Amino acid sequence: MKIPDLTELALRNLRESLLRNSLTTIGISVGVASLVAMLSLGIGLQQLASRRLVKSGLFDTVVVSSRRDLRGRDRNEERDAPTPGESRVLDEPARQEIEHLPNVLEAYPDIRFITELRYEDKPHLTMISALPSSAKSNDAFEGMQGRFFSADTAPEVILQKTFAEELLGKTPARGVDETKVADLAKPLLGKELMMRYAQRAASPAQPRPANADATNSADRNLDAASYSVVSREQTLTIVGVADLDPESMRGPTRAKVFLPLKLAESLHVMQPTDLREISRAASDQAVYSSISVRVKNPTQVQVVEDSIKKMGFNTFSLLDASQSLRTFFRVLDLFLLIFGSLALAVASIGIVNTLVMAILERRREIGIMKAIGASDGDVKKLFFAEAGAMGIVGGIAGVALGWAIGRIINLGTNVYLRRESLTPDNFWAVPWWLVAVAIGFSFLVSLISGLYPAGRAAKLDPVQALRYE
Amino acid sequence: MTTAPAISAARTTVAIRSDNLCRHYRMGETLIRAVDGVSLEVCAGEFVALLGSSGSGKSSVLNLIAGLDRPTSGSVVVQDRDLAKLSREELAKYRLHVVGMVFQSFNLIPSMTVAENVELPLRFAEVDRAKRPGMAREALERVGLRARMDHRPSELSGGEQQRTALARALINRPKLLLADEPTGNLDSRTGTEIMNMVREFNRELGMTVVMVTHERALAERYAQRMIFLADGKLIDDRPNTPTADDAHFQEGQS
Repeated sequence: MKIPDLTELALRNLRESLLRNSLTTIGISVGVASLVAMLSLGIGLQQLASRRLVKSGLFDTVVVSSRRDLRGRDRNEERDAPTPGESRVLDEPARQEIEHLPNVLEAYPDIRFITELRYEDKPHLTMISALPSSAKSNDAFEGMQGRFFSADTAPEVILQKTFAEELLGKTPARGVDETKVADLAKPLLGKELMMRYAQRAASPAQPRPANADATNSADRNLDAASYSVVSREQTLTIVGVADLDPESMRGPTRAKVFLPLKLAESLHVMQPTDLREISRAASDQAVYSSISVRVKNPTQVQVVEDSIKKMGFNTFSLLDASQSLRTFFRVLDLFLLIFGSLALAVASIGIVNTLVMAILERRREIGIMKAIGASDGDVKKLFFAEAGAMGIVGGIAGVALGWAIGRIINLGTNVYLRRESLTPDNFWAVPWWLVAVAIGFSFLVSLISGLYPAGRAAKLDPVQALRYE
Repeated sequence: MTTAPAISAARTTVAIRSDNLCRHYRMGETLIRAVDGVSLEVCAGEFVALLGSSGSGKSSVLNLIAGLDRPTSGSVVVQDRDLAKLSREELAKYRLHVVGMVFQSFNLIPSMTVAENVELPLRFAEVDRAKRPGMAREALERVGLRARMDHRPSELSGGEQQRTALARALINRPKLLLADEPTGNLDSRTGTEIMNMVREFNRELGMTVVMVTHERALAERYAQRMIFLADGKLIDDRPNTPTADDAHFQEGQS
């Protein structure tokens, strides 16, 4: 029998016992719906997470440090690192070279120091960090009160929420609802802070040319083996109070106050490494303890990291962390898939049951068809077609149902999130491939369920089947 | 009386030949010999009646000729096909193209209309969809049921249902018509109507007819030859007397 005839006869047979077949089909659609709902939740959460993570800058950043700096961030990497002799100085030319690597968006020095800030004549000791202008798009500034730096050199400052609390003399009380950022920002925005810091100045007051010849580096070391530390003050205007921590990957050395990068560079603040690297610090040439490199896409982090390592620097990224995150989602998807499939498995037993019932009921009909010339294959295909039709119809209905369930859950959760004054988001995604895969899977499962009944129907003895009333 | 079916075999080609045909099956501990060593020949274009009481094995012989069942031993050769040697698939093809069958209980599919029932074998034969309605109409015209095409079997009288079955048996233009008590569920007037139609197929279309019946009168009236069976064995095989060809004479006699 050809496919159009098979389809026609199958649909006719399905219509004959409409109620039973509808119930079976609804069973399949519930199974598919649960599968779609589970998977789209998994996919949606994954998309949400990777969206957030890419925005957070955690996974597209490589931190570069000199190998002379013995505080390797990654101990494992240290082992196969070349001897310090091969390493390079992390200076301005190196920064520019890194910045010109393919797939690199920018490379900026990490400037961070602990110093004293005076607000209303009260001193507050804190960690200060410099932010490049690109940090403006950072997720952490989403709920910020006030604004980002007006310029990369502006004498402005953004405070982290906890530091703002400290300035206002409010200790965060446990158990009580967290203070709203807006309440903290109101009395602070536009106010001035006095920053007292230690400036490093080379002793020979003549600034060296930027591109010092590498061959006379020995000379330079002798020349500039000393520097002086001068106490300076800088007035800064508070322009913003941020809720979140933009440097969550830094761990314990988190900064609570942020300066524009160019301003911070121009201050020549004494760095903790300066004491160890007297010769370098004494030169006017900028030498960095570490550089942050932003990569265009998290997938290219590995490549960029490798080429920076070849240049003779240590690198660190959260690539490994992101890989384990990906593994986590794969496992989560698998679990959701298994749970979603359970309902479909139950539904497939329903198909087997319905078709076995149909064989009993249509025994005589099968006998008639065989008597007038239907082959075993024809009968088998007919039952397959019936199972397949139920699978496709159930699959389509199931995808629609699953999609609807997803929308409702998403809507409900967002209502809840809004009530908790959290940003609503879309953690639900039904991509087209999922629609296709779900319907295809439902079809396949139905065919497999039809395997046994179809085989049984095909093997029916026509003489006995015709005797059956 | 006369024991010479070989005369006709010499004159015409043999359509069906069975040789020591057996069909045994087990029912619990007892072995049932439904067909037990039946040897017979049916010539092309012949109208043969298989007679016997119920349980004589006449229907079993018919099922073996129809390819619905397989012999336990012996052979049955129809139109040069040794049915015992055909695969299940080949047997289905044989039933589809070589044999047309009608039954006592009509065996129409209740959910299909008359036209759909008649067209059903064409689906299995994978006949071009466009050609099917014409063929069905032609077959229904032959049995005088064109007006009832779109009715369901349940809306028809018994005679009309059997006519539908005849049209279905005819649609693939088989050489052989096998009828299992075709008038068993019909009143005598309708039965006569159906039997006349079967004879018409035999004479006008040249179909070989094998009919199973327990009514001797019916066999005497229509068949050219009568084969008697009892307990699965052939007990008599004789031409119908006085002349098989004179229908008017036969009708007058009964």
